[in-house]
Amino acid sequence: MTVASVGAVTTTLILVGAFLALMLNLNQVAGNIEEDVEIKALVEVTADEAQVDEIRQKIDDIPEVASVDYSSKEEELNGLIESMGEQGETWEMFEQDNPLNDAFVIKTDDPLDTFDVASEIEGFENIQEVNYGEDVVQNLFRFNKYARNIGLALIIGLVFTAIFLISNTIKITIMARSKEIGIMKLVGATNAFIRWPFFIEGLLLGILGSVIPIAVIISGYYYLDANVSQLITFDFVSLMPFNPFAWQLSLIILGIGAVIGVWGSVMSVRKFLKV
Amino acid sequence: MIDMQGVYKTYPNGVTALNGIDVRIEQGEFVYVVGPSGAGKSTFIKMIFREEKPTKGTVIVNDYKLHDLKWKKVPYLRRNIGVVYQDFKLLPKMTIFENVAFALEVIEEGPKVIRKRVMEVLDQVGLKNKARFIPDELSGGEQQRVAIARAIVNHPQLVIADEPTGNLDPETSWEIMKILEEINASGTTILMATHSKEIVNTIKKRVIAIEDGIVVRDEHRGEYGYEI
Repeated sequence: MTVASVGAVTTTLILVGAFLALMLNLNQVAGNIEEDVEIKALVEVTADEAQVDEIRQKIDDIPEVASVDYSSKEEELNGLIESMGEQGETWEMFEQDNPLNDAFVIKTDDPLDTFDVASEIEGFENIQEVNYGEDVVQNLFRFNKYARNIGLALIIGLVFTAIFLISNTIKITIMARSKEIGIMKLVGATNAFIRWPFFIEGLLLGILGSVIPIAVIISGYYYLDANVSQLITFDFVSLMPFNPFAWQLSLIILGIGAVIGVWGSVMSVRKFLKV
Repeated sequence: MIDMQGVYKTYPNGVTALNGIDVRIEQGEFVYVVGPSGAGKSTFIKMIFREEKPTKGTVIVNDYKLHDLKWKKVPYLRRNIGVVYQDFKLLPKMTIFENVAFALEVIEEGPKVIRKRVMEVLDQVGLKNKARFIPDELSGGEQQRVAIARAIVNHPQLVIADEPTGNLDPETSWEIMKILEEINASGTTILMATHSKEIVNTIKKRVIAIEDGIVVRDEHRGEYGYEI
Protein backbone atom coordinates (compact mmCIF):
# COMPACT_ATOMS: atom_id res chain seq x y z
CA MET A 1 0.00 0.00 0.00
CA THR A 2 2.82 2.37 0.84
CA VAL A 3 4.46 1.51 -2.46
CA ALA A 4 1.17 2.03 -4.28
CA SER A 5 0.61 5.45 -2.81
CA VAL A 6 4.16 6.61 -3.37
CA GLY A 7 3.82 5.25 -6.92
CA ALA A 8 0.63 7.23 -7.41
CA VAL A 9 2.31 10.41 -6.25
CA THR A 10 5.26 9.66 -8.52
CA THR A 11 3.10 9.13 -11.59
CA THR A 12 1.03 12.19 -10.82
CA LEU A 13 4.04 14.39 -10.32
CA ILE A 14 5.82 13.21 -13.47
CA LEU A 15 2.75 14.13 -15.50
CA VAL A 16 2.27 17.37 -13.59
CA GLY A 17 5.90 18.21 -14.25
CA ALA A 18 5.69 17.42 -17.95
CA PHE A 19 2.52 19.45 -18.36
CA LEU A 20 3.93 22.34 -16.41
CA ALA A 21 7.09 22.33 -18.50
CA LEU A 22 5.10 22.22 -21.72
CA MET A 23 2.65 24.86 -20.61
CA LEU A 24 5.19 27.30 -19.28
CA ASN A 25 7.20 26.98 -22.46
CA LEU A 26 4.13 27.49 -24.61
CA ASN A 27 3.25 30.50 -22.52
CA GLN A 28 6.70 31.89 -23.04
CA VAL A 29 6.50 31.36 -26.80
CA ALA A 30 3.06 32.90 -26.91
CA GLY A 31 4.34 35.78 -24.85
CA ASN A 32 7.29 36.29 -27.18
CA ILE A 33 5.05 36.28 -30.19
CA GLU A 34 2.63 38.61 -28.50
CA GLU A 35 5.48 41.00 -27.92
CA ASP A 36 6.43 40.72 -31.56
CA VAL A 37 2.97 41.27 -32.92
CA GLU A 38 2.92 44.41 -35.00
CA ILE A 39 0.53 45.81 -37.50
CA LYS A 40 1.83 46.69 -40.90
CA ALA A 41 -0.32 49.16 -42.77
CA LEU A 42 0.59 49.54 -46.46
CA VAL A 43 0.01 52.98 -47.93
CA GLU A 44 -1.50 53.29 -51.41
CA VAL A 45 1.20 54.02 -54.02
CA THR A 46 -0.80 57.01 -55.21
CA ALA A 47 -0.73 58.80 -51.85
CA ASP A 48 1.30 61.98 -51.69
CA GLU A 49 3.38 63.26 -48.79
CA ALA A 50 0.61 65.31 -47.21
CA GLN A 51 -1.74 62.35 -47.22
CA VAL A 52 0.94 60.15 -45.63
CA ASP A 53 1.36 62.72 -42.86
CA GLU A 54 -2.38 62.78 -42.37
CA ILE A 55 -2.47 58.99 -41.96
CA ARG A 56 0.35 59.10 -39.45
CA GLN A 57 -1.57 61.74 -37.48
CA LYS A 58 -4.73 59.66 -37.46
CA ILE A 59 -2.92 56.51 -36.34
CA ASP A 60 -1.21 58.45 -33.58
CA ASP A 61 -4.61 59.59 -32.35
CA ILE A 62 -5.83 56.03 -31.68
CA PRO A 63 -5.49 55.71 -27.89
CA GLU A 64 -4.36 52.05 -27.84
CA VAL A 65 -1.40 52.69 -30.13
CA ALA A 66 1.99 52.58 -28.45
CA SER A 67 4.29 53.45 -31.36
CA VAL A 68 4.14 54.25 -35.03
CA ASP A 69 7.13 53.92 -37.32
CA TYR A 70 7.19 55.01 -40.89
CA SER A 71 9.16 52.95 -43.29
CA SER A 72 9.52 54.09 -46.90
CA LYS A 73 9.39 51.61 -49.75
CA GLU A 74 13.18 51.81 -50.11
CA GLU A 75 13.60 50.84 -46.48
CA GLU A 76 11.04 48.04 -46.93
CA LEU A 77 12.99 46.67 -49.86
CA ASN A 78 16.29 46.82 -47.98
CA GLY A 79 14.70 45.00 -45.08
CA LEU A 80 13.38 42.34 -47.42
CA ILE A 81 16.73 41.88 -49.12
CA GLU A 82 18.48 41.56 -45.79
CA SER A 83 16.03 39.05 -44.43
CA MET A 84 16.40 36.85 -47.49
CA GLY A 85 20.16 36.59 -47.14
CA GLU A 86 21.79 35.07 -50.21
CA GLN A 87 18.62 34.86 -52.19
CA GLY A 88 18.04 38.53 -51.47
CA GLU A 89 20.40 39.45 -54.24
CA THR A 90 17.79 38.61 -56.85
CA TRP A 91 15.58 41.26 -55.31
CA GLU A 92 18.20 43.91 -55.83
CA MET A 93 17.08 44.32 -59.41
CA PHE A 94 13.91 45.87 -58.09
CA GLU A 95 15.86 48.79 -56.68
CA GLN A 96 15.27 50.69 -59.90
CA ASP A 97 11.57 49.97 -60.05
CA ASN A 98 10.39 49.29 -56.48
CA PRO A 99 7.06 47.38 -56.42
CA LEU A 100 6.64 47.74 -52.66
CA ASN A 101 4.55 50.24 -50.73
CA ASP A 102 5.46 52.75 -48.11
CA ALA A 103 4.34 51.32 -44.77
CA PHE A 104 3.56 52.15 -41.16
CA VAL A 105 4.61 49.71 -38.48
CA ILE A 106 2.32 50.04 -35.47
CA LYS A 107 2.55 48.48 -32.02
CA THR A 108 -0.25 48.53 -29.52
CA ASP A 109 0.09 48.85 -25.75
CA ASP A 110 -1.79 45.60 -25.20
CA PRO A 111 -1.31 42.89 -27.85
CA LEU A 112 -4.95 41.90 -27.40
CA ASP A 113 -6.01 45.25 -28.93
CA THR A 114 -4.20 44.35 -32.16
CA PHE A 115 -7.30 43.17 -33.92
CA ASP A 116 -9.42 46.26 -33.14
CA VAL A 117 -6.67 48.70 -34.01
CA ALA A 118 -5.91 46.88 -37.27
CA SER A 119 -9.50 46.99 -38.44
CA GLU A 120 -9.76 50.67 -37.53
CA ILE A 121 -6.69 51.50 -39.58
CA GLU A 122 -7.99 49.42 -42.44
CA GLY A 123 -10.86 51.89 -42.73
CA PHE A 124 -8.58 54.92 -43.26
CA GLU A 125 -8.26 56.53 -46.66
CA ASN A 126 -5.20 55.71 -48.73
CA ILE A 127 -4.51 52.49 -46.85
CA GLN A 128 -4.16 49.63 -49.23
CA GLU A 129 -3.81 46.73 -46.83
CA VAL A 130 -3.28 45.88 -43.15
CA ASN A 131 -1.36 42.79 -42.02
CA TYR A 132 -0.69 41.44 -38.56
CA GLY A 133 -0.27 37.69 -38.90
CA GLU A 134 -3.62 37.07 -37.26
CA ASP A 135 -3.85 33.36 -38.05
CA VAL A 136 -0.59 32.40 -36.42
CA VAL A 137 -1.28 34.37 -33.29
CA GLN A 138 -4.84 33.26 -32.86
CA ASN A 139 -4.10 29.61 -33.52
CA LEU A 140 -1.31 29.65 -31.02
CA PHE A 141 -3.48 31.29 -28.38
CA ARG A 142 -6.24 28.79 -28.98
CA PHE A 143 -3.92 25.81 -28.88
CA ASN A 144 -2.37 27.12 -25.73
CA LYS A 145 -5.75 27.51 -24.08
CA TYR A 146 -6.88 23.98 -24.96
CA ALA A 147 -3.61 22.47 -23.86
CA ARG A 148 -3.88 24.33 -20.57
CA ASN A 149 -7.47 23.22 -19.89
CA ILE A 150 -6.90 19.58 -20.75
CA GLY A 151 -3.67 19.52 -18.79
CA LEU A 152 -5.34 21.13 -15.80
CA ALA A 153 -8.23 18.65 -15.82
CA LEU A 154 -5.82 15.72 -16.02
CA ILE A 155 -3.63 17.07 -13.27
CA ILE A 156 -6.56 17.70 -10.93
CA GLY A 157 -7.85 14.16 -11.51
CA LEU A 158 -4.44 12.67 -10.83
CA VAL A 159 -3.86 14.79 -7.75
CA PHE A 160 -7.12 13.57 -6.24
CA THR A 161 -6.28 9.95 -7.04
CA ALA A 162 -2.95 10.36 -5.31
CA ILE A 163 -4.56 12.03 -2.29
CA PHE A 164 -7.08 9.21 -2.07
CA LEU A 165 -4.38 6.54 -2.18
CA ILE A 166 -2.27 8.29 0.42
CA SER A 167 -5.22 8.74 2.72
CA ASN A 168 -5.96 5.02 2.41
CA THR A 169 -2.38 4.11 3.22
CA ILE A 170 -2.46 6.26 6.29
CA LYS A 171 -5.84 4.89 7.29
CA ILE A 172 -4.22 1.46 7.52
CA THR A 173 -1.51 2.81 9.82
CA ILE A 174 -4.18 4.48 11.90
CA MET A 175 -6.26 1.31 12.19
CA ALA A 176 -3.17 -0.50 13.39
CA ARG A 177 -2.76 2.16 16.04
CA SER A 178 -6.44 2.76 16.77
CA LYS A 179 -6.17 1.26 20.26
CA GLU A 180 -3.30 3.57 21.03
CA ILE A 181 -5.23 6.53 19.70
CA GLY A 182 -8.22 5.56 21.81
CA ILE A 183 -6.08 5.52 24.93
CA MET A 184 -4.49 8.81 23.95
CA LYS A 185 -7.93 10.37 23.71
CA LEU A 186 -8.85 8.82 27.04
CA VAL A 187 -5.96 10.37 28.90
CA GLY A 188 -6.55 13.80 27.36
CA ALA A 189 -4.30 14.09 24.31
CA THR A 190 -5.26 16.98 22.04
CA ASN A 191 -6.07 16.27 18.43
CA ALA A 192 -2.98 18.13 17.32
CA PHE A 193 -0.81 15.86 19.46
CA ILE A 194 -2.36 12.75 17.95
CA ARG A 195 -2.31 14.09 14.45
CA TRP A 196 1.30 15.10 14.01
CA PRO A 197 2.89 11.66 13.51
CA PHE A 198 0.41 10.98 10.71
CA PHE A 199 0.98 14.44 9.36
CA ILE A 200 4.71 13.64 9.17
CA GLU A 201 3.97 10.28 7.55
CA GLY A 202 1.88 11.93 4.85
CA LEU A 203 4.50 14.57 4.29
CA LEU A 204 7.20 11.90 3.92
CA LEU A 205 5.09 9.85 1.47
CA GLY A 206 4.55 12.98 -0.61
CA ILE A 207 8.20 13.97 -0.58
CA LEU A 208 9.29 10.41 -1.30
CA GLY A 209 6.92 10.38 -4.26
CA SER A 210 8.49 13.51 -5.69
CA VAL A 211 12.06 12.21 -5.79
CA ILE A 212 11.78 10.30 -9.08
CA PRO A 213 9.74 13.00 -10.84
CA ILE A 214 12.33 15.60 -9.92
CA ALA A 215 15.12 13.39 -11.28
CA VAL A 216 13.12 12.80 -14.45
CA ILE A 217 12.40 16.49 -14.90
CA ILE A 218 15.94 17.66 -14.31
CA SER A 219 17.55 15.07 -16.58
CA GLY A 220 14.80 15.26 -19.21
CA TYR A 221 14.89 19.01 -19.35
CA TYR A 222 18.65 19.00 -19.44
CA TYR A 223 18.50 16.71 -22.48
CA LEU A 224 15.86 18.88 -24.16
CA ASP A 225 17.78 22.03 -23.46
CA ALA A 226 21.02 20.57 -24.80
CA ASN A 227 19.63 18.94 -27.93
CA VAL A 228 16.34 20.40 -28.98
CA SER A 229 16.95 24.11 -28.51
CA GLN A 230 19.54 24.04 -31.28
CA LEU A 231 17.02 22.64 -33.70
CA ILE A 232 14.70 25.56 -33.16
CA THR A 233 15.83 28.37 -35.37
CA PHE A 234 13.05 30.95 -35.10
CA ASP A 235 14.26 33.66 -32.84
CA PHE A 236 10.87 34.10 -31.21
CA VAL A 237 10.64 30.46 -30.19
CA SER A 238 13.03 29.44 -27.43
CA LEU A 239 12.88 27.03 -24.49
CA MET A 240 13.04 28.40 -20.98
CA PRO A 241 16.70 28.19 -19.97
CA PHE A 242 17.61 25.05 -17.96
CA ASN A 243 18.92 27.18 -15.14
CA PRO A 244 16.85 28.30 -13.25
CA PHE A 245 13.73 26.86 -14.91
CA ALA A 246 14.38 23.17 -14.13
CA TRP A 247 15.16 23.99 -10.49
CA GLN A 248 12.08 26.12 -10.07
CA LEU A 249 9.98 23.36 -11.61
CA SER A 250 11.51 20.82 -9.22
CA LEU A 251 10.63 23.03 -6.27
CA ILE A 252 7.04 23.29 -7.47
CA ILE A 253 6.88 19.50 -7.87
CA LEU A 254 8.25 19.00 -4.36
CA GLY A 255 5.71 21.46 -3.02
CA ILE A 256 2.81 19.73 -4.76
CA GLY A 257 4.05 16.35 -3.49
CA ALA A 258 4.17 17.64 0.07
CA VAL A 259 0.70 19.16 -0.19
CA ILE A 260 -0.75 15.92 -1.59
CA GLY A 261 0.80 13.90 1.22
CA VAL A 262 -0.30 16.23 4.00
CA TRP A 263 -3.78 16.59 2.59
CA GLY A 264 -4.16 12.82 2.31
CA SER A 265 -3.12 12.30 5.90
CA VAL A 266 -5.30 15.08 7.28
CA MET A 267 -8.28 13.61 5.43
CA SER A 268 -7.88 10.15 6.89
CA VAL A 269 -7.03 11.20 10.45
CA ARG A 270 -9.99 13.53 10.76
CA LYS A 271 -12.52 10.71 11.00
CA PHE A 272 -10.65 8.97 13.77
CA LEU A 273 -10.38 11.97 16.03
CA LYS A 274 -14.08 12.41 16.71
CA VAL A 275 -14.09 10.10 19.70
CA MET B 1 -18.38 17.97 41.16
CA ILE B 2 -20.84 16.05 38.96
CA ASP B 3 -24.27 17.51 38.35
CA MET B 4 -26.70 15.90 35.88
CA GLN B 5 -30.14 17.37 35.38
CA GLY B 6 -32.81 15.80 33.19
CA VAL B 7 -30.36 13.87 31.05
CA TYR B 8 -31.72 11.92 28.11
CA LYS B 9 -29.72 9.97 25.60
CA THR B 10 -31.05 8.41 22.44
CA TYR B 11 -28.48 6.83 20.14
CA PRO B 12 -28.67 7.39 16.40
CA ASN B 13 -29.95 3.82 15.98
CA GLY B 14 -33.03 4.70 18.04
CA VAL B 15 -32.06 3.01 21.29
CA THR B 16 -32.85 5.15 24.31
CA ALA B 17 -30.23 4.57 26.98
CA LEU B 18 -30.98 7.34 29.46
CA ASN B 19 -34.49 8.50 30.23
CA GLY B 20 -34.20 11.52 32.48
CA ILE B 21 -31.38 11.22 34.98
CA ASP B 22 -30.87 13.64 37.89
CA VAL B 23 -27.73 12.98 39.92
CA ARG B 24 -25.43 15.09 42.06
CA ILE B 25 -22.11 13.79 43.27
CA GLU B 26 -19.87 15.83 45.57
CA GLN B 27 -16.09 16.03 45.57
CA GLY B 28 -14.56 13.20 47.57
CA GLU B 29 -17.51 10.80 47.37
CA PHE B 30 -17.21 7.09 46.56
CA VAL B 31 -20.17 5.99 44.47
CA TYR B 32 -21.17 2.59 43.10
CA VAL B 33 -23.30 2.50 39.98
CA VAL B 34 -25.26 -0.75 39.79
CA GLY B 35 -27.99 -2.16 37.60
CA PRO B 36 -28.64 -4.93 35.08
CA SER B 37 -26.70 -5.05 31.84
CA GLY B 38 -28.07 -2.77 29.16
CA ALA B 39 -29.84 -0.55 31.71
CA GLY B 40 -27.79 2.52 30.87
CA LYS B 41 -24.84 2.23 33.27
CA SER B 42 -22.23 2.51 30.58
CA THR B 43 -23.94 5.43 28.88
CA PHE B 44 -24.25 7.15 32.27
CA ILE B 45 -20.51 6.78 32.77
CA LYS B 46 -19.64 7.82 29.24
CA MET B 47 -21.59 11.04 29.78
CA ILE B 48 -19.19 12.05 32.51
CA PHE B 49 -16.00 12.06 30.47
CA ARG B 50 -17.81 13.18 27.38
CA GLU B 51 -17.47 10.02 25.34
CA GLU B 52 -21.16 10.57 24.66
CA LYS B 53 -23.12 13.79 24.55
CA PRO B 54 -26.62 14.06 26.07
CA THR B 55 -29.53 14.35 23.66
CA LYS B 56 -31.27 16.54 26.24
CA GLY B 57 -30.40 17.89 29.68
CA THR B 58 -27.32 19.32 31.35
CA VAL B 59 -24.16 17.59 32.53
CA ILE B 60 -21.67 19.62 34.55
CA VAL B 61 -18.38 18.02 35.60
CA ASN B 62 -15.65 20.07 37.31
CA ASP B 63 -17.36 23.27 36.13
CA TYR B 64 -17.22 22.07 32.51
CA LYS B 65 -20.63 22.26 30.87
CA LEU B 66 -20.40 19.00 28.94
CA HIS B 67 -23.70 19.39 27.10
CA ASP B 68 -22.24 22.19 25.04
CA LEU B 69 -18.52 21.66 25.44
CA LYS B 70 -16.52 22.19 22.26
CA TRP B 71 -14.60 19.20 20.88
CA LYS B 72 -11.41 21.15 21.31
CA LYS B 73 -11.92 21.47 25.06
CA VAL B 74 -12.64 17.77 25.65
CA PRO B 75 -8.96 16.79 26.11
CA TYR B 76 -8.60 19.30 28.93
CA LEU B 77 -11.68 17.93 30.67
CA ARG B 78 -10.25 14.42 30.45
CA ARG B 79 -6.99 15.45 32.04
CA ASN B 80 -8.96 15.88 35.24
CA ILE B 81 -10.61 12.49 34.98
CA GLY B 82 -8.88 9.12 35.27
CA VAL B 83 -10.64 6.19 33.62
CA VAL B 84 -10.17 2.50 34.46
CA TYR B 85 -11.73 -0.24 32.35
CA GLN B 86 -12.57 -3.88 32.88
CA ASP B 87 -10.15 -4.85 30.09
CA PHE B 88 -7.34 -2.58 31.38
CA LYS B 89 -6.65 -0.98 27.97
CA LEU B 90 -2.89 -1.19 28.28
CA LEU B 91 -0.61 -1.00 25.26
CA PRO B 92 0.91 -4.48 24.91
CA LYS B 93 4.21 -3.45 23.35
CA MET B 94 5.09 -0.86 25.94
CA THR B 95 6.58 -1.51 29.33
CA ILE B 96 4.61 -0.81 32.49
CA PHE B 97 6.60 2.36 32.98
CA GLU B 98 5.87 3.53 29.43
CA ASN B 99 2.19 2.70 29.74
CA VAL B 100 1.84 4.93 32.77
CA ALA B 101 4.16 7.61 31.39
CA PHE B 102 1.99 7.74 28.27
CA ALA B 103 -0.68 9.71 30.13
CA LEU B 104 1.89 12.36 31.00
CA GLU B 105 3.56 12.38 27.61
CA VAL B 106 0.34 13.27 25.83
CA ILE B 107 -0.04 16.30 28.07
CA GLU B 108 3.58 17.13 27.22
CA GLU B 109 5.20 16.93 30.63
CA GLY B 110 9.00 17.08 30.83
CA PRO B 111 10.90 13.76 31.05
CA LYS B 112 12.18 14.41 34.56
CA VAL B 113 8.75 15.13 35.94
CA ILE B 114 7.40 12.06 34.15
CA ARG B 115 10.05 9.77 35.57
CA LYS B 116 9.55 10.96 39.14
CA ARG B 117 5.77 10.95 39.04
CA VAL B 118 5.46 7.54 37.30
CA MET B 119 7.70 5.85 39.87
CA GLU B 120 5.64 7.50 42.58
CA VAL B 121 2.33 6.07 41.39
CA LEU B 122 3.84 2.67 40.59
CA ASP B 123 5.01 2.62 44.20
CA GLN B 124 1.53 3.60 45.31
CA VAL B 125 -0.02 0.58 43.53
CA GLY B 126 2.85 -1.67 44.61
CA LEU B 127 4.43 -2.31 41.21
CA LYS B 128 7.60 -0.28 41.48
CA ASN B 129 9.77 -3.37 40.86
CA LYS B 130 7.85 -4.33 37.71
CA ALA B 131 8.31 -1.07 35.84
CA ARG B 132 10.33 -2.73 33.08
CA PHE B 133 7.90 -5.60 32.47
CA ILE B 134 5.38 -5.65 29.66
CA PRO B 135 1.65 -6.14 30.40
CA ASP B 136 1.61 -9.80 29.27
CA GLU B 137 4.15 -10.70 31.92
CA LEU B 138 1.81 -9.46 34.67
CA SER B 139 -1.24 -11.04 36.25
CA GLY B 140 -4.70 -9.58 35.67
CA GLY B 141 -4.74 -7.88 39.03
CA GLU B 142 -1.34 -6.35 38.41
CA GLN B 143 -2.41 -5.12 34.99
CA GLN B 144 -5.44 -3.47 36.52
CA ARG B 145 -3.18 -1.79 39.05
CA VAL B 146 -1.12 -0.43 36.16
CA ALA B 147 -4.32 0.93 34.61
CA ILE B 148 -5.20 2.57 37.93
CA ALA B 149 -1.69 4.03 38.16
CA ARG B 150 -2.15 5.49 34.68
CA ALA B 151 -5.55 6.89 35.66
CA ILE B 152 -4.24 8.74 38.69
CA VAL B 153 -0.81 9.76 37.41
CA ASN B 154 -1.84 13.31 36.58
CA HIS B 155 -3.71 13.92 39.84
CA PRO B 156 -7.30 13.82 38.57
CA GLN B 157 -10.12 15.01 40.82
CA LEU B 158 -12.28 12.14 39.60
CA VAL B 159 -11.59 8.49 38.82
CA ILE B 160 -14.17 6.56 36.84
CA ALA B 161 -13.89 2.78 37.02
CA ASP B 162 -16.08 0.75 34.67
CA GLU B 163 -16.29 -2.72 36.26
CA PRO B 164 -12.65 -2.67 37.32
CA THR B 165 -12.93 -6.08 38.98
CA GLY B 166 -15.01 -7.67 36.24
CA ASN B 167 -12.14 -9.80 34.93
CA LEU B 168 -10.49 -10.54 38.24
CA ASP B 169 -10.82 -13.29 40.81
CA PRO B 170 -12.32 -12.32 44.20
CA GLU B 171 -9.03 -12.13 46.04
CA THR B 172 -7.47 -9.79 43.50
CA SER B 173 -10.64 -7.76 43.45
CA TRP B 174 -10.17 -6.88 47.10
CA GLU B 175 -6.64 -5.63 46.36
CA ILE B 176 -8.02 -3.35 43.66
CA MET B 177 -10.73 -2.11 46.00
CA LYS B 178 -8.16 -1.36 48.64
CA ILE B 179 -6.20 0.80 46.20
CA LEU B 180 -9.35 2.59 45.07
CA GLU B 181 -10.27 3.30 48.69
CA GLU B 182 -6.82 4.72 49.32
CA ILE B 183 -7.18 7.01 46.33
CA ASN B 184 -10.59 8.06 47.60
CA ALA B 185 -9.13 8.73 51.04
CA SER B 186 -6.81 11.33 49.53
CA GLY B 187 -9.85 13.30 48.36
CA THR B 188 -10.38 11.95 44.84
CA THR B 189 -13.96 11.25 43.83
CA ILE B 190 -14.51 7.65 42.71
CA LEU B 191 -17.34 6.54 40.49
CA MET B 192 -17.42 2.78 40.00
CA ALA B 193 -19.79 0.71 37.90
CA THR B 194 -19.92 -2.84 39.17
CA HIS B 195 -21.78 -6.13 39.11
CA SER B 196 -20.16 -7.39 42.30
CA LYS B 197 -22.75 -7.86 45.02
CA GLU B 198 -20.08 -8.90 47.46
CA ILE B 199 -18.03 -5.73 47.08
CA VAL B 200 -21.01 -3.40 47.27
CA ASN B 201 -22.42 -5.11 50.32
CA THR B 202 -19.09 -5.35 52.11
CA ILE B 203 -17.45 -1.98 51.44
CA LYS B 204 -20.50 0.18 52.11
CA LYS B 205 -20.72 3.33 50.01
CA ARG B 206 -23.32 5.36 48.17
CA VAL B 207 -25.18 3.22 45.64
CA ILE B 208 -26.92 4.56 42.54
CA ALA B 209 -29.05 1.93 40.80
CA ILE B 210 -29.97 2.53 37.16
CA GLU B 211 -32.72 0.60 35.40
CA ASP B 212 -34.26 1.35 32.01
CA GLY B 213 -32.39 4.61 31.82
CA ILE B 214 -33.58 6.11 35.09
CA VAL B 215 -32.25 6.19 38.66
CA VAL B 216 -34.43 3.78 40.63
CA ARG B 217 -32.49 3.95 43.88
CA ASP B 218 -29.89 6.30 45.37
CA GLU B 219 -28.87 5.56 48.96
CA HIS B 220 -25.86 6.16 51.14
CA ARG B 221 -24.30 2.99 52.52
CA GLY B 222 -26.65 1.10 50.21
CA GLU B 223 -26.94 -2.56 49.27
CA TYR B 224 -26.33 -4.14 45.86
CA GLY B 225 -29.97 -5.18 45.78
CA TYR B 226 -29.90 -7.63 42.86
CA GLU B 227 -29.65 -11.39 42.85
CA ILE B 228 -27.01 -12.45 40.38
